[in-house]
This record gives sequence, structure tokens and C-alpha cells, in this order.
Amino acid sequence: MSVKDKVIAIIAEQAVLEPSDVTLESTLEDLGIDSLGLVESIFAIEEAFDISVPFNANEPTESDFDISSVASIIKGIEALVSEQA
Amino acid sequence: MKRVVITGAGTINALGHNVQDTWAAMKEGKSGIGALEMRDVERLAIQIGGQVKGFEPDELFNRQQIALYDRFTQFALVAARQAVAQSGLTFSGEMAAKCGVVLGTSGGGMQTLDENYRTVYEDGKNRVHPFVVPKLMNNAATSHVSMEFNLKGPSFTVATACASSNHAMSQAFQLVRSGMAPVMVTGGSESMLCFGGVKAWEGLRVMSKDGCRPFSANRNGMVQGEGAGIFVFEEYEHAKARGADILAEVAGFAMSSDASDIVMPSKQGAARAIQGALADGQINPEEVGYINAHGTGTAANDKTECAAVSTVFGKHSNNLMISSTKSMHGHLIGGTGAVELLACIMALREGVIAPTINYQEPDPECALDVVPNEAREAKVDVVLSNAFAFGGLNAVLALRAV
Repeated sequence: MSVKDKVIAIIAEQAVLEPSDVTLESTLEDLGIDSLGLVESIFAIEEAFDISVPFNANEPTESDFDISSVASIIKGIEALVSEQA
Repeated sequence: MKRVVITGAGTINALGHNVQDTWAAMKEGKSGIGALEMRDVERLAIQIGGQVKGFEPDELFNRQQIALYDRFTQFALVAARQAVAQSGLTFSGEMAAKCGVVLGTSGGGMQTLDENYRTVYEDGKNRVHPFVVPKLMNNAATSHVSMEFNLKGPSFTVATACASSNHAMSQAFQLVRSGMAPVMVTGGSESMLCFGGVKAWEGLRVMSKDGCRPFSANRNGMVQGEGAGIFVFEEYEHAKARGADILAEVAGFAMSSDASDIVMPSKQGAARAIQGALADGQINPEEVGYINAHGTGTAANDKTECAAVSTVFGKHSNNLMISSTKSMHGHLIGGTGAVELLACIMALREGVIAPTINYQEPDPECALDVVPNEAREAKVDVVLSNAFAFGGLNAVLALRAV
């Protein structure tokens, strides 16, 4: 499974949706994921890829990690995974 | 209904090992937050906290006692000794039978849990010390305070996360006000600065790596502290009759539940608790000169709390002062309201308002007088202490100068 498909699967599970319902343009808000859901998704992503995501719930827009859409999250995770490799 | 006054106070926290040192630090705007010292600290993403330093339990307790006292119990006893000594009270006979202890804590014996989980899980040992259970239980501190001072009346522990101390003191207030007990020892204690305690908070991603900056636009989370604050709540006529030095009157309190979210605070829930405390104490909103804020330094709390204060006080919210002393001593979780009550007593007794330190950038969503960075001299007659816990459980106390 590619990084993209794996991230989408994690987000879909959190949103209680089918992966096919999660588009790259979707925002977490569109998908009904609240702040707790976001923190839980990030934890699941960290566990799945064995990476550490720099995210502080107090300043979501200030960290290097962009959560504005599914596409931006995937991009961020791909970068972290390749850094680690 | 009886009037209730405070006739003793004690504390140990990152700012000082007694009330005088804590007040001195608050007046100077000193920070008690620094690098955490504990085993495996290098495995933590968050490595700062308001740790109690220079504490030597061996000088305060004997070997048998130490075997039974978790650090949160030790803190409670140290603070209770100061508070009871200041009150000048001793408890015997019928008086002892009526007076009790109500303390708040969130985690109870977290150090004991942490050490013993390590023993069985990490070290693979199959045997733990026989006193693990009586040491870690949430009511251990209450019970040991009860034993040390012969307090045989209503005694229990309250656990409502970050509002534990305020809920506990509210219960003690009720017991004295209703005439059930002439004196109650109350407050709270916490010692969650252990590897597992900090690691659990890290997971929620609401902790700051670099400092606690309540109400400042560049705030980025909370910083944990540890310690205890303990008070003697006494029926007014009882205190007057024996010529006790009265520190302040407990004028009112209220509790509310948001009934909405397990972590996100609610403006309505907070406002109802503040409003309720004013109504309970028959306090005119214009009388309130200072509020010790819950002020955790998280994005969510500080703006919600300011909105709640503005809602309740309207135009007067521009005249009152509101500060978060968590900027100095950190967030003591279940013990925090008790240590923060000291800032309220300092405002009433000494005419000094403790500052919100580390204030760097104004936040339009927190546009109140947060007493930035420097303590201020001011005469105030009525003060409030806010506590808004995870789980949406709120408790607000009102104190009045006597």
C-alpha cells in the first residue's frame, strides 16, 4: 500500500467513511474529524509509519506540518517518511 | 447558614516550600518552571515542568512513614502542617469528631504507580512492595492528614481532574457553612511529574515544549507543575471567639458541568459557574476586583475563559484584573486550584495582584487586563478563583476580604 493509500485508510477509519469517500481535496472538517479525531489520526499515522509528526494542537497552523487538506497531510507524511528512509 | 473563613494556609510548589516564599515569588513574577529531572527524561518530547526542587522527605518523615507516603501525600502533609500550625487549632474530643478533611487530587499516587509498573513490566519482577495499594490510592493524602491531626469527621477525596481542588474546597465550604463541621482542612495535592505522567499528557499534544504563556497570542500549550495547597476553613464565630487571624472569608461557590465535550471547554459552562458563584455569595459583579484564571496557556482554554468572563461581567470586565499564576508554578492538575487560592488570598491580604508572566503578544480574543509580567498593587475586596476541568466539570470559588 502506498503512503497515500495508507493515510487515506487511516483518515477514513477515523471519519467512519469508506476510503473512496475521502478525496484529496477534502478538509478534516468536511470529513467530520474534530480536534480529538485529528490527534488520534496523527497517532495512528505515527504508529503506521514509525515516524514522529511535529504537531501541537495549540498552534495547528504554525507547525511545519500542514493539515489543511487530505492532500497536504499526505504530502507532509511522504516528506517525513522519506526523511526517515 | 454559617459564615466561613480561612484561618490557616500552607503550600509546597515550584515557587516555594511555604506560603511566604510562594507569595514573594508571585510578587517578583518569578518562574518556577525549568528542566525536568527524572529517570528517562530523554525519552520525553516535553522536558520542562514546575518541579518542586530541594525537597528532602527524609528530614520530614520517618522510615515507616516514607514507606507509606507517595510524593503527593508528602506534599499534602507538608502543606497541612503549615496550615494547621498557622490556625493554632488542635483537635480532640467532640471537636475532633466533627472536623474532617476534604482534598482534591487527579492522579493520586502517580509516582508509586509509575515506579511499580516499571518494576513488573520493564524489570520483569514478579513482586512489588506490600504498600503499593495504600500508597497509590487517591484518598491516601486525605487519610494521612486525618491521622496526623486527629480529624475524625467527614473526610473524603474529590477527583475532577483540573478542578479537583476547587471542588474539594467547595465541599469543605458546604460542610462548615451548613453547620455540620466547625472546621475543615481542605485543598489539594498532585505529583504527576513522573515519566508516565508526562508521557500521557504528551500524547494529547496540548503541552508546550518551551514555556507557559497564558493569554499571550504566541502561547502554545500548558506546562505541568506539582505540589499542594492546604487550608483551614473555619466557622466565622468559632474563629472570632478564639481570636484567630482571619485570612479571608469564603463567600460563595458554584459548580457546573458543560455536558458537551470530554476535552474542549465551553463558554456557557464556565460562565454558569462564575455567575453561580456570584449569586451564591450575593456578590454584585462590580465588587469583583480580581480573578485568578484557570489560564492554562492552551489555545482553547484562554479564549473561552476570557469570553466567559466578558459574558458575565459585561462592561466591568474591562475594570477587573485577571491573571494566570500557572505561568509561574505550572498546572498542578488536581492541586492547582489550591495553590492558586494563595494568589487570591495575597490579593485580599497584601493588596498585591500576582502577574501573568511570559506575556509577549496581545491576543484580541483575550483582551482583558491580564496583569502582564509584573505584579500590581491594588486594593480589592472580592476575588474569584476559576477551575475548568477536562470532562467539562467547572468549579468557581469567591473570597471576600474580612
